[in-house]
Amino acid sequence: MNYVASPWAIIIFLSFVAAVLGISYHFARSTKSVNSYFAAGGQIHWSVNGIAFAGDYLSAASFLGICGMLAISGYDGFLYSIGYLAGWIVALFVVAEPMKRLGKYTFTDALDSKFNSKGIQLVAAISTLLVSLFYLIPQMVGAGSLVTPLLGLPHWAGVLMVGVLVILIVTTAGMKSTTYVQFLKGGLLIVFSLTLVFLVFSRGISTSPDQGGDKAYHKFITLKIETLNDGTVGLEDKSYAIVKQFHDEKSKKQFVKLEKNDIETVWSVNEKKGILEETQTLEYLQDGKVLYNGQTKDKGAFYQVGHMSEIDGKGDTKTGTLNIFSFIETIRDGTVVRWAKLDVKDEGNKLTIYYQKPTPGSEVLKPGLKFKVDSEKGATPKDKIDFVSLMLALFFGTAALPHILIRYYTVPSPACARKSTIVAIAAIGLFYVLTMYMGLGAMVNGVVDLTNDNMSAPLLAKSFGVTIFAIISALAFATVLGTVSGLIVAAAGAVAHDVMDRFMGLKMTDKSKVKAGKIASIIVGCIAMVLGILFKGMNVSYLVGWAFAIAASANLPAIIMILFWKRTTAKGVVASVLTGLVSALGLILLSQETFNNVYGLVGVTAPVPINNPAIISVPLSFIALVVVSILTKKRNISPEQKPANSSILG
Amino acid sequence: MHGPSSKWKKDNSASVKELLGKWLFFLYAIVYGGFIITNVVSPEFMGVEVGSLNVAIVYGFLLIVFAMLLAFAYNHVSTHAEDVMNKDKESEETEE
Repeated sequence: MNYVASPWAIIIFLSFVAAVLGISYHFARSTKSVNSYFAAGGQIHWSVNGIAFAGDYLSAASFLGICGMLAISGYDGFLYSIGYLAGWIVALFVVAEPMKRLGKYTFTDALDSKFNSKGIQLVAAISTLLVSLFYLIPQMVGAGSLVTPLLGLPHWAGVLMVGVLVILIVTTAGMKSTTYVQFLKGGLLIVFSLTLVFLVFSRGISTSPDQGGDKAYHKFITLKIETLNDGTVGLEDKSYAIVKQFHDEKSKKQFVKLEKNDIETVWSVNEKKGILEETQTLEYLQDGKVLYNGQTKDKGAFYQVGHMSEIDGKGDTKTGTLNIFSFIETIRDGTVVRWAKLDVKDEGNKLTIYYQKPTPGSEVLKPGLKFKVDSEKGATPKDKIDFVSLMLALFFGTAALPHILIRYYTVPSPACARKSTIVAIAAIGLFYVLTMYMGLGAMVNGVVDLTNDNMSAPLLAKSFGVTIFAIISALAFATVLGTVSGLIVAAAGAVAHDVMDRFMGLKMTDKSKVKAGKIASIIVGCIAMVLGILFKGMNVSYLVGWAFAIAASANLPAIIMILFWKRTTAKGVVASVLTGLVSALGLILLSQETFNNVYGLVGVTAPVPINNPAIISVPLSFIALVVVSILTKKRNISPEQKPANSSILG
Repeated sequence: MHGPSSKWKKDNSASVKELLGKWLFFLYAIVYGGFIITNVVSPEFMGVEVGSLNVAIVYGFLLIVFAMLLAFAYNHVSTHAEDVMNKDKESEETEE
């Protein structure tokens, strides 16, 4: 898509950024000690911290990624919403109060509180750094996606902008400013998402969504195939000339490249109806140029998509105002035109074809369009294991994310940690219900950019006017800023507090520890910028799934066993973290998705058949902890060496 | 030993909260597990219509609302337990 920036959008966006920087500057003056830098002085009110939790958690993955996946694959995107929220149950019932009671600044503090083990300090810090980095990638990718439509800048500019701003925020004020930025952003994001959903309901659904009359929906045409006298086939419309044909074995689809007025376009063959259907293409030429539907980007020939071809059995109609029930019912009882993607090689050029796939609404509203779960539709046991593995990672990953765990140290007491988690669950739960309507709203409102599904929610907002688009986009950008800030504080804490102060025993003063944290923030921020540019184009929610899997595998088994199994030893914890980390990372790096989307090895079979490692790596991590703890348990334990807690909370 | 960060006052309600937390966690895990299993074993069932919605959406929304309800219930009981049990102990100590 060819995006044009609006001055009004730029003004609103810059106002948000200025407000964020203003908050940082304000709190910088009161951030002198290590406690105020890494834990906001432990004096944040639980209600503020609860909304800040929501701000931390409703990151680019939740807002951009889930809505994007819903807009492309229907209900399967909502599975992330369900899994992400369910994870908070683990956080509330198992982790919240003990984490606050046992820790000080970092997750490592809590893990190590009973052992004082150099091994735990090192491996837990490494785990924090790696999980933070994996979580940072999708945030940076999301930032890059946002600035293009908002400011008309390229992807890399957005990544750099976020990187520089976050480094500025984190190095000036640390956790306190991050908390208040997240509080404001989390609250505003929920309010404006609610507004957007009401706007979607009030507009209704049309088979030709024209964005409220602002932009005519591109009518995708068909060409009739005719059989010629000599037995060959040709086209009824003689203004098109056939250039070549493609056949894809895997999808059993046939395509034809046609030429008209010196522009080459690709058409999908519908043998049943005897017609050619218009597709959309991206052609990556060998000289580095990219053609959009056979033309350069500035011609604007690549269209936004997403519509229903049939509502209530009628082909050219629209509904009136809808509500939470009738909106779903209208989609369920109609037909949605989805777009499938196919990559083919064309004489040395890479051709990405997006072709129409009319899908019954009832199929869109149940699992199976992205995650294969139905055996009758070709799902294999491997596909089902993959799905279960993803849902496990989401359930167990939340309570093990470093930037979430450190927020427990910003409140005054364990009871406040619990109450802030409950506020978070209420706020996040409401938002995730809204994602269903925002994602499906984008799916049927003709706003989806096929080259970047992450932009579905902001582009849906844009269809209601530039003001709400600018506010939603600025909030999404602030979302990225806040989440990245939290992640960088967590990573900086791991370096300065866990590694330098405790593991290396440098005995740093408060001032030098804060300084080390700030330097670490700059380094982590720079690494995140590079990764954000490299991973451009991947769905951010999918990438976050990896971070959850690593966190669930490396951190959660150790947290749970320390709290619930008194025979856990320091070596057992080290073995668990290392096993979880290595197995989860190894399985991800050798998975098919990584081979295809990261290494670009299309057509190469990866050694690991599943894409989500949690179902293997989480049990492995538990087993490693139990076995090593049993092997390293001292036979005679003096009363002093016994774990002090008769109860994990008290 | 590094030890915990702060010297917290003994929480007499800890065992009650811990027990309740465990049970509510298992309860939610069962309902969540049921959702995953239904998706894998009987995906067709997820498409069965329930009023204007279908099982997939109703079950998904229910999981979200159920999490909120359990959270509020847990907080209510925990706060009450903290008030009663910690207050009782404080009064006993004062009387002694």
